[in-house]
Amino acid sequence: MILSLSKDTIEVVKEQDVVFTKNRVKEVAVRIKMGLVNQTRLITAASELLRNMMRYANGGKCTIEVVSSGRTNGIRLTFTDKGPGIPDIAKAMEDGFSTGKSLGLGLPGTKRLVNEFDIRSNVGEGTTVTIIKWANG
Amino acid sequence: MSFNTHKLLESKKKAILEQWMKNQLADDSLREDLISNEELRSQSEELISALVGNLSMADLTDLDSDEWSPVIEILGGISITRARQGFTPRETGNFVFTLKEALLTVLQAEISDNPQLLFEESMKINRLMDSLSVVTFETFIKGREEVILRQTDEIADISTPVIRVWDGILALPIIGTLDSARTQIVMENLLQEIVETGSSIAILDISGVPAVDSLVAQHLIKTVSATRLMGAECIISGIRPEIAQTVVHLGIDLSNIITKASLASALAYAFKSMRLEVRKANSVQKSNTF
Amino acid sequence: MDKIPILRMGAFLLVTIQVDLYDRLALNLESDLIQMVDKTRAKGVLIDISAVSIVDSFMGRIIGNIASMSRIMDAQTVVVGMQPAVAITLIELGLPLKGVHTALNVEKGMDLLKSMIDLEEEDEDQDLTEDDLIAE
Repeated sequence: MILSLSKDTIEVVKEQDVVFTKNRVKEVAVRIKMGLVNQTRLITAASELLRNMMRYANGGKCTIEVVSSGRTNGIRLTFTDKGPGIPDIAKAMEDGFSTGKSLGLGLPGTKRLVNEFDIRSNVGEGTTVTIIKWANG
Repeated sequence: MSFNTHKLLESKKKAILEQWMKNQLADDSLREDLISNEELRSQSEELISALVGNLSMADLTDLDSDEWSPVIEILGGISITRARQGFTPRETGNFVFTLKEALLTVLQAEISDNPQLLFEESMKINRLMDSLSVVTFETFIKGREEVILRQTDEIADISTPVIRVWDGILALPIIGTLDSARTQIVMENLLQEIVETGSSIAILDISGVPAVDSLVAQHLIKTVSATRLMGAECIISGIRPEIAQTVVHLGIDLSNIITKASLASALAYAFKSMRLEVRKANSVQKSNTF
Repeated sequence: MDKIPILRMGAFLLVTIQVDLYDRLALNLESDLIQMVDKTRAKGVLIDISAVSIVDSFMGRIIGNIASMSRIMDAQTVVVGMQPAVAITLIELGLPLKGVHTALNVEKGMDLLKSMIDLEEEDEDQDLTEDDLIAE
């Protein structure tokens, strides 16, 4: 069972918001004593998802939560946008696939960096991506 | 409790304690080597006081309620300490079981004239003490798990020493199975040491790794790639014939990685690429002039 | 508007990134650096990222781009000082930065650049010594 200990939502509209959000994630990660390499993985993953949100949906919302499951604490990030949505999620999760002008590493790469990864999308309504990184996972 | 059992038990606290101590001391599994009789008595006394004091007001069926937290705390504290001290589950469990016996013995002595009531009250005590036993075991196992977790961390730490074999050359002998958690630690230690020492070559010796499957190979490739990104080279040494066989049979591609059969040949390769030469001193006379 | 300074040292360009890159800054660096390579006829570019704590796929791509663009303009690129955590993350992300030379620190990076450029010149002279062959 995963318990949420604290919650903080940030509107991401401008590029400065992206920098601000990453700094907030970093602060929270330091507070729960996440190791340096895991911090780097988490912030890099956040960076990928924030960029997607800016590029494909002109921004959205990011929720930062401290979560706990028994012995370990972790951080759950939820990225919600009201963009065009992803028609074929399976395809978007393949290495090297991209509709934009990128390497197509964003989603599959992000998944490899975190412990839990969940993506839901409805065409025309938007996309929600949830990731969890445990402090020592 | 409908009948004033709690009052009865409260007044008989002393008798219960004596009975309980007698039960505990009579038990074969008593660990006099781990706990003194005085300490046992004070632990027992503390628990009885909390328990009997609670019987009056608390809901006997709901151990989750706040009234029970002092009792559970004491009991939990005792069983965690016992887990760490090396008591067996049976010895720890007996602590609670002998209390149950003591409670029932006293109860029986006091209300022997009313079998119906005795049965009802005994059932209640039984149920309560069973719940407390469950708590005892849960915390006991938790205590043991903590010990195991701490040891796992210690083993992970001591089993990944990074050795400076030469100025600019690091070696890391890996002994035991390489799983993903371990690879993480190995990789982080190695990379950190590379930064701190400014070493340009790292040798990962896997002669102590019992088996290499595709997952382990992936971990090794990851470590080598990360080392290269930082600007150093990583050589894998200690490839035994059976490892070479499995690697090829599994179709794992290690062609991008420098592999050597032994640590010695990896070191020789490292010397060569750093343009160092190791040779026998050619003149015995010279060394004698000192 | 932030700008990352590009220093010229002889035939080399030296860039030290002191802040965490955001997308626009990284894109500007790419174009500034290529302009400078052209203007100064630099033979080598050294990028020090020891102060950078996050490199994601976009910034990784920019670094790769700079290396590829420089190469077709006849300049070599060396990235130095990558943090262990960044290196691990890039590998897991699936970005091994193929074709980018790396070194542990600025000093080693400079040595690497020099040796690469020496080699090229000797290549042109068709006069390779045995030592250089080993270094290759």
